[in-house]
Amino acid sequence: MTPAAGRAPAVALRGITKRFPGVLANDAISLALHGGEVHALLGENGAGKSTLIGILAGMLQPDEGHIEIAGARVRINSPHHSLRLRIGTVFQHVLLVNSLTVIENLMLGGAWWRRHDRRAALGRFGEISQLLGVDIDPHVPAGRLSLGQQQQVEIIRALWHGGNVLVLDEPTSMLTPQGVEELGGVMRRLAEEGVAIVFVTHKLREAYAFGDRISVLRRGRLVGGIAPERLRAMGEEEATNEIIRLMFEDSDGADAKTLVREGHGRRARAEFDRSGPAAIGLENVVTAAAPGECALGGVSFSVRPGEVFGIAGVDGNGQKHLAELLAGQRPALSGTIEVGGQPAGPGGVAARRRLGVRYISDERLGEATVAGHSVATNLVLKEIGAPPYWRDGMTQWRRIFSHARHVIEEHDIRTPSEHTLLGRLSGGNIQKLLLAREISTDASVVIFNKPTHGLDLHNTRLARQRIVKSAESGIATIVISTELDELLELCHRIGVMFAGELRGIVDNQAGAEARIGRLMTGAKAA
Amino acid sequence: MIFSTLRVVVPIVLALVAGGLILLALGKDPLAYYDFVVQRGLLSWSGLQQTIIRSAPLLLIAAGLIVAFRAGIWNLGVDGQFLLAAVASAALAPLLIAALPSWLTIVICCAVSVLVAMSWSLVPAFLKTQYGLNEIITTLMMTFLGISFANVLIKLPFNDPDNTVPQTMTLPVADRLGRLFDTTIHGGIIIALVAVLITHFVMTRTAFGLRLQIVGANPRAAKHAGLNVGRLTYATFALSAGLAGLGGAVEILGVWGTMRADWNPAYGLLVVPLVFLARFNGIAVIALTLFFAILMIGGESASRRLGVPNFYVLVLVALLLIFLALVEYLDHLSRRRKKA
Ligand SMILES: Nc1ncnc2c1ncn2[C@@H]1O[C@H](COP(=O)(O)OP(=O)(O)OP(=O)(O)O)[C@@H](O)[C@H]1O
Ligand SMILES: [Mg+2]
Repeated sequence: MTPAAGRAPAVALRGITKRFPGVLANDAISLALHGGEVHALLGENGAGKSTLIGILAGMLQPDEGHIEIAGARVRINSPHHSLRLRIGTVFQHVLLVNSLTVIENLMLGGAWWRRHDRRAALGRFGEISQLLGVDIDPHVPAGRLSLGQQQQVEIIRALWHGGNVLVLDEPTSMLTPQGVEELGGVMRRLAEEGVAIVFVTHKLREAYAFGDRISVLRRGRLVGGIAPERLRAMGEEEATNEIIRLMFEDSDGADAKTLVREGHGRRARAEFDRSGPAAIGLENVVTAAAPGECALGGVSFSVRPGEVFGIAGVDGNGQKHLAELLAGQRPALSGTIEVGGQPAGPGGVAARRRLGVRYISDERLGEATVAGHSVATNLVLKEIGAPPYWRDGMTQWRRIFSHARHVIEEHDIRTPSEHTLLGRLSGGNIQKLLLAREISTDASVVIFNKPTHGLDLHNTRLARQRIVKSAESGIATIVISTELDELLELCHRIGVMFAGELRGIVDNQAGAEARIGRLMTGAKAA
Repeated sequence: MIFSTLRVVVPIVLALVAGGLILLALGKDPLAYYDFVVQRGLLSWSGLQQTIIRSAPLLLIAAGLIVAFRAGIWNLGVDGQFLLAAVASAALAPLLIAALPSWLTIVICCAVSVLVAMSWSLVPAFLKTQYGLNEIITTLMMTFLGISFANVLIKLPFNDPDNTVPQTMTLPVADRLGRLFDTTIHGGIIIALVAVLITHFVMTRTAFGLRLQIVGANPRAAKHAGLNVGRLTYATFALSAGLAGLGGAVEILGVWGTMRADWNPAYGLLVVPLVFLARFNGIAVIALTLFFAILMIGGESASRRLGVPNFYVLVLVALLLIFLALVEYLDHLSRRRKKA
């Protein structure tokens, strides 16, 4: 808690500028990271946060400017070099090798000529796990873990060699509220040990709760910040308003009042026909479990046209299986699924899509998109072969590109052009692309898996508006989220997953929050 | 454009220079050697014809590799597929010609060869889709098996008893693939060029091609998008092997008319670096294959003339691979320095 005034910063960025074709991602940014301080880095989607972090981590080289560590000018040539300088980084997108176990992933960084000491590694793993308060089986392949757990492994890896600086790019986007609290505690403890922490988040509450200092980026420039003394003197609301002013001032529809209010509280929901036939129904569905996965053990529920049905629960309680099952990506062992009153056969994704089922995956880069292909191609990824973008099997590139330009414009996807490779987009902009892709086509059932993760306040609000609007147009909508606020805001009813079962379904009325909280810990519905 | 051309030309030049140094060390005159290569492979009429004839199977194999590599499937078993397809044509053609017109014989032989090659690729395709076995290993194994199997077939069931060396019966010269105009060049080159161009078109301009590319780039995304990854994997193997098999058929029906035991030109592994160098682009593949065929044909006569071992061409290929990797790596480094 002692921001070292007067002491040389642990790391100083001086006039960092980074250009990509068509974008100025960082524009003469100067920042100081002090030991013992949690430095919250905020900014809209595409503001340049991840780029700055990439530079710190040695993944990118700045075009102009330089970095000083403990007062000495350095050039961080590679991620390895960055680690040697004791800068540990957790990137926005998980970078684990799926087929290797957790502990193998963690041992990967070791020198190849040295014997890999598994026992010592397991010891270190236990140590850090305890420090973080997480419980992960180190012998499970990383690919089997939930995204939240994978992220925890990434944090463990960043701390593996004893970091002096810990950089976390949106670490909380996958965590439960409790996980977020725990992470906050971990950051606090590390800061007390003198570690300088950079913490990127889109949640102002977290920035206020955990940050000692706040800096705000906007379109590549450092537009302002709040120093520790001022921040401590400010109340939460005052700080939040100040940050929003810095982040979004002059953007239309993004004034502080709407943005902050939206996040809290329930919105007026349009009614739907509660007596009508269900658009999609599950009856006692069971899926096959692979080691480390949480399978479904008899899930039943149904959703009517126009209804928004929420799935709450701690990440890794079967939500992934449920989403994949609904989308047709995963077969059911037993039980039935009906779409539009008819049994949905085992036809897989294509058949399910023909029935009007759309699925927005929470794994943006892992499965939702193809990073090495253009933005335009990714926008029509699920329509390959279908008119109007294909005629008699021939690709109508011209149409695909103009469609892409249209979507980019309409959904404010920040990309230099429709030809840009998808992997070059910022995380939030990839998410915008996904939402645009799935909602723009006609559907009867849409499943959103963590629809707003990685979106900034403004885009979160727009995304939620779109979800509500699509539901109002008569689409049965299923929202899977670990953020209770989000579900309370959007849903008519909320089902709570625990250990692969739906522990209860709660009507979203006063007092719902407490009941959901109880169910999330595994209690059965009364 | 200039950049990508350089990326191809620089490794080639470096390989030629390094190869020249090796020749020098062997006490041969590299300039004389290369001069001979160009004279014999390109500038003499008979050499040029041979070069073009040689290009046909290379191009068909390259087409097969483009399909596979674009779909992210490392079919390194083209040689086995090529050989068994060649056996099929060599065994079948002399029998069919007794009863059928030569054009029909050729069509049937090509079709059967393609089918044989396709079925040879079924095993790795099955192992990959069913058990996730890496196709690099399985296709290479299938090539080893295929070489032996081809030999067995030629020495036992398809052996021509009238011949002292083990080989199949011979298709008369008059019944082989038609010659173009007054040359010795057979029609196979047309088939090959068309195949490469169609492959290029399909991969870049059709839904099917894009599906294959998506499967290759991210199989999980393909599944998510509703593509039948298993079926597309089978299709990739079948097409890739089928094209290589067509290469085998064309080589037998156009050039040899028969197949000897132990005949294994091993074109496949020579073509792999070319396809990489061309970045899976069909048009670039055509240019590079021609260049390569010149090197092979010219190199064969130059070796004989200057007393350089015939497999010196292989040394050049190896050097090419090394420099290709090196240039790629340096380019990657300098990019990191400069921009991304
Ligand atoms: N490798 C790259 N090549 C080209 N452009 C890039 C590359 N990486 C990032 N960009 C661009 O730079 C800009 C800043 O991206 P960055 O990922 O830093 O944003 P961000 O602040 O992390 O956003 P988000 O909150 O959405 O994650 C974006 O416009 C992005 O498209
Ligand atoms: Mg980012």
